[in-house]
Formats: sequence, C-alpha cells, structure tokens
Amino acid sequence: MADPVKVYPAKPDKVYFFATCLIDLFYPEAGLAGIQLLEREGIEVLFPQGQTCCGQPAYTSGYHDEARAVAAAQLNLFPADWPIVVPSGSCGGMMRTHYPALFRDTPHQAAAERVAARVLELTDFLLNVCHIQLQDLGEPDTVAMHTSCSARRELGLAGVGPALLGQLKQVTVVDPARAEECCGFGGTFAVRHPQISGALVSDKTDALVATGARGFVTTDCGCLMNIAGHAEKADKAIVGEHILSYLWQRTGGESPP
Amino acid sequence: MSQSSHQHGHPGDFKPRADAALRNPKIRQNFRQAMDGLMSKRKAAFADWDLEALRTLGANIRLRALVQLPELLEQLEARLTANGIQVHWANDGAEACRIVRDICVARDAKRVIKGKSMVSEEMDLNHYLDAQGIEALESDLGEYIVQLAEETPSHIIMPAIHKNTADITDLLHAKTGTERFPDVEYLTASARKQLREKFAQADVGISGVNFAVAETGTLCLVENEGNGRMTTTVPPCHIAVTGIEKVVARLEDVAPLLALLTRSATGQPITTYVNMISRPRQPDELDGPEAVHLVLVDNGRSSIYQDDQLLDTLRCIRCGACMNHCPVYTRIGGHAYGTTYPGPIGKILMPQLLGLTETADLPSASSLCGACAEVCPVRIPIPDLLVRLRQEAVDGDQQHPAIVRGHGSKRNRWEALAWQGWRLMHTSPTLYRLGTRLAARLRRLQPVRFGGWTDHRSAPKLAARSLHARMRERQP
Repeated sequence: MADPVKVYPAKPDKVYFFATCLIDLFYPEAGLAGIQLLEREGIEVLFPQGQTCCGQPAYTSGYHDEARAVAAAQLNLFPADWPIVVPSGSCGGMMRTHYPALFRDTPHQAAAERVAARVLELTDFLLNVCHIQLQDLGEPDTVAMHTSCSARRELGLAGVGPALLGQLKQVTVVDPARAEECCGFGGTFAVRHPQISGALVSDKTDALVATGARGFVTTDCGCLMNIAGHAEKADKAIVGEHILSYLWQRTGGESPP
Repeated sequence: MSQSSHQHGHPGDFKPRADAALRNPKIRQNFRQAMDGLMSKRKAAFADWDLEALRTLGANIRLRALVQLPELLEQLEARLTANGIQVHWANDGAEACRIVRDICVARDAKRVIKGKSMVSEEMDLNHYLDAQGIEALESDLGEYIVQLAEETPSHIIMPAIHKNTADITDLLHAKTGTERFPDVEYLTASARKQLREKFAQADVGISGVNFAVAETGTLCLVENEGNGRMTTTVPPCHIAVTGIEKVVARLEDVAPLLALLTRSATGQPITTYVNMISRPRQPDELDGPEAVHLVLVDNGRSSIYQDDQLLDTLRCIRCGACMNHCPVYTRIGGHAYGTTYPGPIGKILMPQLLGLTETADLPSASSLCGACAEVCPVRIPIPDLLVRLRQEAVDGDQQHPAIVRGHGSKRNRWEALAWQGWRLMHTSPTLYRLGTRLAARLRRLQPVRFGGWTDHRSAPKLAARSLHARMRERQP
C-alpha cells in the first residue's frame, strides 16, 4: 500500500519526449529547452509527431470514455523500449499512475502498463538518470521554487527542483511560506470553481512575492499559467518561468527565437 | 435520511455559500489560523514516528475490519449482549432517532446530556428529540457553543472553530448571561458551571463511539474535556450511537488507530480521556449507568460497502486531518459545504450518503492537490474517489457504469458534446495539427475573457508556433 520504491534506469542513448498539450500550444520554448538539455547530456530525443494530450483534462472532469480514447491514441507512439520523458509532473503523473487503472480490463491494458512503467518526469530524469551537472553562467539571481502538487505528491519529486537549482552557484533559492500548498490550478477546477481557485492563486502569488524573489520557477505549465497569469492580472511583482527554460538559459543555452 | 434543510443549509447551495465565505474576512482568518496551528501540531506529534509504516498499519487494520464487516458486527452484537449492553440496528437516521426516543420514553426520560457524536448530527437527533419534548443538551464545549448559536458544527473535531473568542463572549453573554469577559479560561469555567448541573439532572447520556471492538465487545471513546466520561457514567442510562463501519476486530487494533487518531486530529499523543466501555454498572460497583445501549446506524453505509473502490470511504476514523490540510476547506470553512461532514472526507462521503443530485458540486470543488490523501492516517485515496464521483456525476465511463444514487445528474449535453469534440481533435494527429495551426494563426483574435479563468488571471497566450511545428523544422 505504501509507494513502491522507484528504480531508475541506466542512462539511455535515446528517450521519447512527450511534450504535453500545454507546452505544445502555450510554452513550446520550455519544451525546446528540455529537449536541448537532454541533447546536451548526449541523449537523442525522439519526438513522436502523432502525440497530442495525455487525456488528463477529461479524466479529472469525469469523462473517462473520452480520456481513455485520447490516452489510447498515445499508447502506440513509443514502440521501442526507451524511457518516455514528460516535462510536467501533472501529465507525467497521469501517465505513470493513472493509465494502468484507466485501461484495466481493456484490450489496451498491457500497452498502457508498458507506457506507464517507462514514464519519468523530465527534471527527475535529468537529476536521477542523467546525473546532470549544471554550470551556472548567469548573473546573481534569486528565485522561488514552486513544485506542483502532482510532482510533489503523486510522483514524490519535492526534492528534485531544489536540487537542480541548488547546482546553480549564482542563484539563491528561497522558499515561500506554505510551499506545499496548492496554487489552485487543478485543471477544470479553475473554471468550475473560479472564486475558490482565485483565492488560492492569490494567496500563493502573495507568498511568492513575499519571498522577495525576482521570479519563481515551476515544474508544471498549469501552475505557471495560473500563478504568472494572476500576477500579471493583479499586477503583483513576480514573474514565472518553467524550470527547464530557466536551467537551459542559466547554463549558456540560447533563448529560443 | 433526516438531513433537514433548516439545520445544514443545502449542499446544492455550495457555490454561493463558498463565494460568500471567501468574501468573509473573519471566516478566512479564523480558519487559516486554526488550520495552520493544527497542521504544525500534527507534524510535531509524528516527528519521532515511522509515520508511513504506522499509516500502512492503520489502513490495513481498517481494511481487514471492513472485509469482515458482517461477521464482525455479529460478533460485536454477541459480545455486547453477553456483557449486558443492548444492541439496536437502524437502517437510517430516522430509525435511529426513533430507537433513541423509544429508549427515552420507556425510562420516562425528559433530559438528555450528549457527548460529541457526528453520527447524531447525521441523524439530526437534537431537533428530533426536541420535537418529541425531550431536551438534548450538548456537553462538548464546541458542540455546546454551536448548539447555543443554533448552528451546526463547521469541523468534525472542533465544531465551533469558525468562532473566535469575541464571538463566543457575545454568544455566552446573550444566551446564558455570562459576563462579557473575553478570556478563554473564564468562558470555559462559566460553561463548565452551567453544564455541571445538567449532568446531575440528566436521565440519559448519549455519546458517539470511536472504535467498537468485536472481539471483546468494548466501546472506545476519546475526548479531552471529561464530558464524555460524565455523559457515559453519571446518568442512569447511556446510549452510544455509531456508524456500522466503526468496528475493529481485536482489542490490539485499537492502539495503533488511537496513536494515529489523536496525533492526526489535534497533534496530541493521547487525549485527556480514553473511555473503554464494556458493560453497565455491576452490583458491586459504585458508579456507572444501570443500562447501556448501542445503536448501530447504517444510513447508506452498506450500499457504499457494495463497491470495491467506494468501500475505501468507510476506512475513515474521523480525525479531521484531511480538512485541516485542505486548501479549499481552509478558505471556505465547514458551513459552505452544507453537509454534516465537510472538507475532503465530506466531499466523498456525502454524495454517497445523500446521492449525487444535490451534491454534485462537492466532488468537483477540489484541485486534486492530494494534501488530504497525504495525511490520511488510514490512506484513503481521496483524490481517486473524487475523480470516481465526478465520473459518476456525469455517467462518464462505459467501462465502469455508474452506481451511486443520482449518478448522471450533472451530465450536461453541451459539456458532453464539448468533450466529444475534444476527443475527436486529440485522437486524430491530422486534426490536431490543423486545429493547432489554425488556432496559432488566429491567436490575435483570441478572446481576452475565458469564463471564470480571467476573473483572476490574464488569458493564456497561444505561442506563434507549436512545439510540434518547431520539431518538424528541426527534424526534417
């Protein structure tokens, strides 16, 4: 009943990259940064063009037939035995922990289990499979880390983001008050219960601002869109960035055009 | 079920109540402060424990008890009966109320003193007895305050947590003539004095039960004020009421559950009082009630029991840690839910007890952040159950047809159609490519408002070129 011990694979020659729909449509530069970080580690990145969405929005909304159909359309995109890296705790959590139950007793069960077992969140992969060593080339900076609830609780990755940022010598990492509290995104929750979600994101943004950090970085585009969108709308003094973009730029990577 | 509207408001009004609570600075402050305190106390209380191992043990004890529930209940009844405790079975809250009334009437009892019992809240027992001409007075300080204020508990462990000292000072002054002196000790002493006489006068004491041990026929009851001890020993008759799921197999199961319960609830290593009730007063004993009854209340639990996944709901030991750690509960408080049990456990339990027709907004009112499941002492996978109930509310899964009463009541053809469109777009790579390319082309026409999203945030901005498009350029 306790979480099983996660066994990391040896560093592979290749990985499949599952970008997630939010990265694809709204934050492609974060996806590109992740791909370039992997390539710099000597890994060939395979990007299946047939990928769309992991199915999570319909799944958490209760439309499981639709979620299953969309998830099923992703299952055959990863035929070889390479790890599947996902630049999101939320989508990674969906694929790793919910696919097996979603496809139980269906013809796709075995395929879903084969996919789920190979899914790793990208920062987890960089830290614990690649054993990445980041060389910080940037100016001194202060950032706050926001780990998504799915990365923190579903995948147990609370330590990963801080460990990566900790390798950046010129970067001071600060913790907001109540760091483990949700930012209020929750997918369709933000639209179904906008006032509750709004109260959560307002408090989260205030806590991030109170750290005095220039900006915050996060593992998940849902949180990023939520917190940065609120900061912009409410004119609060903090900017947000996906952790992959931040790591890539701090270590000499070019900003994407 | 006797979930009367005058008592709890209405779960169907969740959204307006939640919005009103969010705008109420006193609610926001009282709950935030209280929940922060409870979270840090819990954390400190488990600091020296292998908490994950203990939670696994607690979960397994509860699971094992539920697997054998019918047999354990029969064993419990046999042991209690042999010990001289009379056992009654109630299908629903109304029947449980009638059983309590009949016991009172048979004893010509007019005055009842009560210890804390959430099942009695579920039954709406106080109002029922009042209508029958029987006075039922709450003796737990929080419940006493809530009763004086003619409200309902806003938390299952700390019923009056929504009130601060100033509120309570005013309330006690208005209702009992207590001097307006906003000092916790003074107010507590005043309430204690009022209640003391009532214990002596009461004909019947009614309490809840934390664990009912089948092996020995023991009713365990934890409390901090001694009012539970008084309720169950001073009046000549004690009636315990409990849900049928509170049974555990063995006496040795109680120790780990107790260790989890009090630390999870209030951060206490043990409560001030732990009552182990096994029989009425014996001829050679000086105190204790001459008659003890146990009312075992089903009230929808046996239908939850029929489903392998929903069954996990019944593991709950009512510690309240899920609400203490819930970011939604912390902001809207307990009354917004309009149900006996608020917070995460309420969001999964109440739709199953009341049906989804009136409660469909409860399971959706969660970001699925998982804080509740992380602290649950018996590892109830609350987010998974929330998702299951969302599916039930919209009849969203042909593979696992919905079974909860009122399933499908939230299904809306426009939303269903939208998800079918979403499915079409995301199962066809060609349609997805064309659709995302079109959206990127037209992104300057993107609306600046998106339903509730833009009440609090600027609209997300579509990128000029998707990652798919960029990768096509990189990988010719």
